[in-house]
Formats: sequence, C-alpha cells, structure tokens
Amino acid sequence: MTDIIIHCTVALLMPPLLLGVINKTKAAFAGRVGAPYFQPYYDLLKLFRKGTVFSETTTWVFRAGPVITLAATLIAALLVPLGRHAAPLSFSGDMILFAYLFGLSRFFTTIAALDTGSSFEGMGAAREVTFSCLAEPTLFITLITLARMSKSLSLSTILTYPTPAIWLAVGASMLLLVGALFITLLAENSRIPFDDPNTHLELTMIHEVMVLDHSGPAFGIILYGAALKLFVLGAVFVNVALPLSTGNALADWGVFIAAMLGLAVTIGIVESVMARLRMVRIPQLLVGATILSAFAMMLVLR
Amino acid sequence: MTISLDPTAYLLIAAALLALSGVPGLLLNRPLFGQRSAALCAVVASTLGECAVIALLGGTPGATWQIDWPLPFGPALFSTDLLSTIFLLPLFLVTGCASLYSLAYWPAREKSGAGKLTLFLGLFAAAMVIVVMARNGVLFLMAWEVMALSAYFLLTTDQQDSDVQRVGTVYLLATHTGTMALFAMFSLLRGTTGTFTFPLPHTLSQGVPYATVIIVTALIGFGGKAGLMPLHFWLPGAHANAPSHVSAMMSGLMLKMGVYGILRTLSFFDGLPVWLGWLILLLGAWSALNGIALATGQRDLKRLLACSSIENIGIIFIGIGLALVGMQTQSPYLVVCGFYGAFIHIINHGLFKSLLFLGSGVLIHGTGTREIDLMGGLARRMPVTSPLFLIGSLAICGLPPLNGFVGELFLYVGAITNGINAPLPLVALVAPVLALVGGLAVITFVKLYGIIFLGSPRTAAAAHGHEATAMMTGPMALLAAGCLLAGMAPVLLVRLVTPVVGYYGGVTGNIMTQVTGQVPLVPITIANFMMITLALAIGAVYLRRLHRQPAAYGSTWGCGYLAPTPRIQYTGTSFSEMVVNLLGTIVAPRRQRPDMECVILPRAAQFHYEVTETVLNQILTPVFQWTGLAFSYIRRLQHGQLHVYMLYIFVTLFVLMIWTH
Repeated sequence: MTDIIIHCTVALLMPPLLLGVINKTKAAFAGRVGAPYFQPYYDLLKLFRKGTVFSETTTWVFRAGPVITLAATLIAALLVPLGRHAAPLSFSGDMILFAYLFGLSRFFTTIAALDTGSSFEGMGAAREVTFSCLAEPTLFITLITLARMSKSLSLSTILTYPTPAIWLAVGASMLLLVGALFITLLAENSRIPFDDPNTHLELTMIHEVMVLDHSGPAFGIILYGAALKLFVLGAVFVNVALPLSTGNALADWGVFIAAMLGLAVTIGIVESVMARLRMVRIPQLLVGATILSAFAMMLVLR
Repeated sequence: MTISLDPTAYLLIAAALLALSGVPGLLLNRPLFGQRSAALCAVVASTLGECAVIALLGGTPGATWQIDWPLPFGPALFSTDLLSTIFLLPLFLVTGCASLYSLAYWPAREKSGAGKLTLFLGLFAAAMVIVVMARNGVLFLMAWEVMALSAYFLLTTDQQDSDVQRVGTVYLLATHTGTMALFAMFSLLRGTTGTFTFPLPHTLSQGVPYATVIIVTALIGFGGKAGLMPLHFWLPGAHANAPSHVSAMMSGLMLKMGVYGILRTLSFFDGLPVWLGWLILLLGAWSALNGIALATGQRDLKRLLACSSIENIGIIFIGIGLALVGMQTQSPYLVVCGFYGAFIHIINHGLFKSLLFLGSGVLIHGTGTREIDLMGGLARRMPVTSPLFLIGSLAICGLPPLNGFVGELFLYVGAITNGINAPLPLVALVAPVLALVGGLAVITFVKLYGIIFLGSPRTAAAAHGHEATAMMTGPMALLAAGCLLAGMAPVLLVRLVTPVVGYYGGVTGNIMTQVTGQVPLVPITIANFMMITLALAIGAVYLRRLHRQPAAYGSTWGCGYLAPTPRIQYTGTSFSEMVVNLLGTIVAPRRQRPDMECVILPRAAQFHYEVTETVLNQILTPVFQWTGLAFSYIRRLQHGQLHVYMLYIFVTLFVLMIWTH
C-alpha cells in the first residue's frame, strides 16, 4: 500500500522536475545560471491560471486531444514499475497495453494538431507519427528480449528482472538493449538529436510545433503530459540500465529518484554536446536502434 | 421453448428471403416500392439469421438438409457448424445495415439502376450465406459463382464510367482465375474421396494423393478472393469504384469468404504439412505490411480503405498461420491464441471496415468526391458522421479501448509467449511486425480522419458538404456501437468465439481456459474504464475551467502570415509523403514527375503524383499485353469461315485416327 502511494506521488509530482534538471544541466554547459529547478512547475501553474484562445477552425477534437493524451499517459504511468517495486496496475500482458496506450495518445495529439488546419502543425503531426512508427518495433523487440530473459509478460517482472548479476552475465546484450532504449526514449520524447525542444516554437520540428495552437490550461496539460511521458519511458530505461537494489524498500525509492535525476542530467549532457540531426538522418538512426535491439535478441537466443 | 428451432432451416429461409428480396421491385416495375420491400426483407432475414447464429453458438446443433437434385454430383447438402457461424455473424449484421443504408444512399427515386442494385445485393448476400452452408463441392462452386458474379454486377452499377468498366474487367478476370483453381481443387478432392460431398473434418490423411496440390490450389483460389498478397491486385480498384454499401459488404464480408474457404479446406485434413503454417504466416505478414504501406500513400478515400482491407486480411492470416505452426509444433498456446486472434479479427474487421466504408459513402454523398485532398473541415458539417468515423478509425488501428485491440492482443500474447518458451522463437517476430503495421495504420488513419474531417475545407464542395439522413447514419451508429461494446467488454467477444476455437482448433476446454486465463482481458477492461474515467474527470475540470473563464477566438496561428488560405494546409499527400519515401524501396507505389527544365527561363511545369499498384501495373498488365500479342497469331485460325472450320474437324479426326493405329 505504501508503495502504491509513493508510486502515485512520485509519478504525479516528479515529471516536471526532470525538465528543470535537463534545462539546468544545459545552462551549466552553456555557462549560464539557468532557470530554477522548479521553473517547469511555475510555468504549469501559470498556464493553468491563464485564459484560452481557440482557433476558429477547431472542433471538439482539439479540446479532447490533450485530455485523452494525458489520461492514456497516466494509465501507462500506473503500469510501469518504479524503484524496484511492482506497479500498482500489473498483470500478465500489460506490456502490450503499455505500448498501445502511447499509440492512442499519439493518435489524439496528432488529430488535435490537424484540427487547426495549420501547415506547421500538419508537418509536426506527420513527423510524429512517422518517427514513432519506426520506434515501435524497437520497443517491442526490447520487451520481448527482456521477457524471454525473465520468463514473464508483465512489465513489473520484466523490468525488475535486470540485476547487477544479470548485467555481469549477459552484459553485451544488456548494453545493446540500453542503447536501443535510450535512442527510443529520446525519439519518443522529441529530444535532441531528434528534435530540439528549446528552439522557437515554429522551428521545432516535431512535438512543440504540433501543439502550437494550444493555449492556457490545455497547453499546461500537454506540457505536463509530455513530462510524464518522459518520466514513464525514463523509468523503463532506468529499470534496465541501473538495476540497483539496496534491499530496503524506502532506500530503493531514493535510489530510483536519484537515478531518474541522473538520467535527466544525461539527457541534458546529450543535448548540450550534440546538434539536432538533419531530418533525413532520423529514420536511419531509428532503424539503427531497431537493429541494435535485434542484435540483443540474437545474443539472448544464442 | 416448445418450438424446436433448427438453425439450418432458419438460415435457409433467411437466404431465400435475401435472394428473392429484389424480385418484387423488378416484377412490379416500381423501383421505390421494390427497394423498400427489399430492405424490409433484408432486415427480417438478418434478424432471423442472427437468431440462428446465436442458437448455434449457444450449442444448438444445426441439422443437415439434403436436397436430391437431378444433377449428377451427389445430393445438395446444406449444413451449419460453428466454423460457419463466425462468418454468418457479421454477414447478417452488415447486410441488414447495408440494405437500410442503400435506401438513402442510392434512392430509387433519384438514381437509375436501383432495381438492379437491389436485386444483386440480395443475391450477393444470399450466395454468401449458401457458400458457408454448402457441404457439396458443386453446390459450393455454384454459390461461389453467384456471389462472384453478383459482386461484379454490383460494382459495375455505374457502368457508364470507364474506370468502373476497367476495374470490373480486372475483377472478373481475377475472380475467374481463382474459380479455375477451385475447379481443379474440387475435382482433385473428388478424385480422392470419390464424391463431391465434403469430407468430414479431419478425415483425409496428409498422405492422400494430391494433398499438396489440393492445399495449394485452395490457397490460390481462396487466397485470391480474400485479397492475400500477391493476389490482391483486383481489390483496391474494385472496392473503390463500387457503391459504398457494396464496398462495405465486399470488404467486410466477401473477402472473408476466401478465409472461410481456406479454413474449410484445411479442416478436411488430419494433420497438415509443416511448411503450410509458415507459408500462411509469411503471406499474412507480407500482406499486412504491404497492404498498410500501400494504404498510407493513397489519395482516394475508398482505395485507402480497400488497401487497409489487405492489411486486415493479412492480420487474420497471421493468426491462422500462428495456429497452424502451433499445431505442427505441438504448442497449444499458439493454436488457441492464433485462432482467437483470427476469429475475433474476422468479426471486428466486419464491423469497423463496414462502418468506415458506409462513412465513405456519406462523405461522397455530401461532397461529391473521393479525393482526400479535396476535403477538409467536414467535422463541423457532419457532426454525426465525424465521431462515428473516428470510432472506426481508432478501432482499425487496434487502439484500446476499441475492438480492434482485442484480436491483436491475442496475437501478441501468442507471439510473445512463443518468444519466452520456444527454443528458437521465430514466431515471436510477429510482434514487432504487428507493431510496425500498427504504427503505419496510425499514420494512415490519422491522415484519413485528420485531412477529411479537420482543418478548414479545401474546396467549395467540401465547404458545402452536408450531413446524411438518419437512414444512413443509423446503420453506421449500430456498427460503431458494436465496435465500442466489443472493445469495452472484450469478454463478450471472447465468449462468442470460444466454442468456435474449441471446435476448429480441436483444443480441449481445459487448455483453452488455461490459455485465455493468460490473456489479460479483465485487467485491460479495468484499465480501459480507468482511462475513460480519468479522461472524463480531466475533461470535466477543463470544461469547468473554460466555463469560468470563457475562451477567446481567433484564427489559427500562421506564424505572422496574415492572409492564410485553406490551400496552405497540409494535405494528405504531404502528410504521408515522408513515410511513403521511406517505404518506397519496399513497395515502390509511387510515381513522381516534376517536369522542370533547367533553362534560363523555365517553362510552365507539371507535377504528377500517383500511387501505383505494383503487381497490377508492373507485372500483370505487361504479361497480359504480351499474351495478347502472342495470341494474336493464333487468332488467325479463328476467322468465321465455315468450310475451314469443317476442315479443322476433319484434320483433327484424321490425326486422331492415325494416332490410334
């Protein structure tokens, strides 16, 4: 019970902090002081207080888009185990629902974008669906590989299975999986090298350009949903990449939160030292990630 | 109940009602009355049929009806078993919906050809009922031909159109090539069993002569009808050019007859060759991937839906392939998951594809075009059709909480379980393939829904688009409700299919409950309800917030550009351009001809963009042209002069006489 409460609290409250840490890291690299760690929370609060402007072309789809996206992401957050504890909602086969919930949220984000009739948002939507489509097989191959290792179809077992001992035993395939997962994480969340969330809105290629016309509370919901998605996929990554367990339930939560902050710093470092890829290179990197995960699968089967 | 209900009799009555439904209108020469009475007949027949199907699924055995006709092919046998029911269930539902829909879509008062359309629609549906009930090879082929030919007359309703004529011919050629294979198959089967009556399930051993040939001809004949790649070439054109409710029936029902044929043929055999499961699995995966890749690039609304039918047939065959591989590797897990996936998807595809095709009819009716890129902003003008179409689009992408997800879930669980347990889990690769197909489906249907219904109208036709009457949206709403119900309560759907899987898969109830226990239907239902509750809660808070602080309205942010026009909007072609380029090497469905000359003052340039059909345009059409050329020499023998024909006969007889000596 305590774990469920902690799970929900961490999953609900922590996501914006990741964005704050990423931005702080990038500021440090650029030699700036940077915005406070809690700036994303202030932004969200401000957005929730603001008024809304709707485009006259939009319909109910535009209003429903952010809401359904957030609801689907929240359910996904309940499926993923955090800090070596089983998820509140955990059953055999939940990995399939997990993947499809992101499909549902993508469907609604993109149709909400198309509802504005803006060509920018059309472009963003087209890129979002195309790149996510390419990232999907990677996620599945990774999950199947881990499922085979752990003999389970449930995310809670699959993702708490990796331990330092496993890493020592099948380090090569774990390394490949981690590589593939990290690329998927960056692609699904539209981070550098796939997309630069910090550019001016219209110049952003994928996510930010899709939500150009949302304003006020709806935009707040979108930003929060995006942070939550980063958190959820980040948690999947951290479970595989840093399978540290102390044996103490509360200490495990501490380790998890530290690992997530470490991940945010890593993303910040990647964003500071890399430039955004050219659009035509992105599919190549994504297919590369699929092949990495396929290699991992082959090594496990061997 | 005191009246003993024989499902077979009810189904035969329903078939007779359907077959004769168009006759009164034709005889009385009063098209309007004819159309209405036919719709009434169809609805009554559908209700009767559904009752019989429910009775069959409930465990009432269907009797076998024998009619001793004077033909020398053995008695005409009609029967029903659980395998038939899985096809009859969507058949009656969609037939009823389509005939009601046709009242408003093809009103006899305004459009010509309504009498013909009504007559053949009834015959078409009745023939399909008989196809799944026939237990005699010749009877089966007769029903099959009636089905194929009435489909031809239905799809050429608009016979003045040259496009329609062309696709009609392609369809006719394709279907008859398939029938030819079926003739061979049933003749060989008769050679093996000595009678045209279908053998009982599992009575033919794998070692009987010509077993392989029988299976391969069945795959060709029935696979062609199902639209399995590479025999799919007739499908996009035929479905696109038929009246929409006919497309709905062709795609939702007729393709499944091919699936039925294959399943029925395989059921004769006791044990199947090892390669067969893998072949079907590969063909299924190939069809699914290429079908959806073709669909992504389409600009024609109905052609897109037709290509996505190839994808869905592919998914059904993936399920069948999984099950067959499972049978050969003694893995009941795969058998159960594969058949569940396939059967559930057969029902589901019948629901959502018919819904989408009926929706396309509303769009064509309201805007007068099939081009996706000429529409836009129709959600405002079609407030009923738009959400119904959205439900269909979500369902066909296999997204929760709709019904498409349920069938795919079984396939995923089967594949991934194989990935965990099998020594060499090749079948597990189905999961990433399905994931890729799902991703492409999202691209396709986001494009379809988004470009057609959202944004602002791209043309005057779209701007004046109007909603259809309740007679058209009503049947759609019924199908959409089916999608929602089956998605929100997947246990119901699984209940329907369970007896069929047990019957066809030959799996004991014990193993079935064990396997279905592994498929998380209840947890997923709970998760779906949680998600909907959450969405409603967040939505309520958001709406209250909007109510307290009303929104301002303005134009879409154009990044400072002050005179945006609807033409600036992203089109469907541009939306899918990126993925079509990526898939270009696999499918090559694209031709682009920007005719620009590099001179100092370039002349007016033309740009042409077309998604081509590889198999039809690059393989079959040239082959047929060469054949035509080659045969033009032989045609010289054929000139209509009687005395030379007599000479031919004499020469033949003479040669034969010498031969025998």
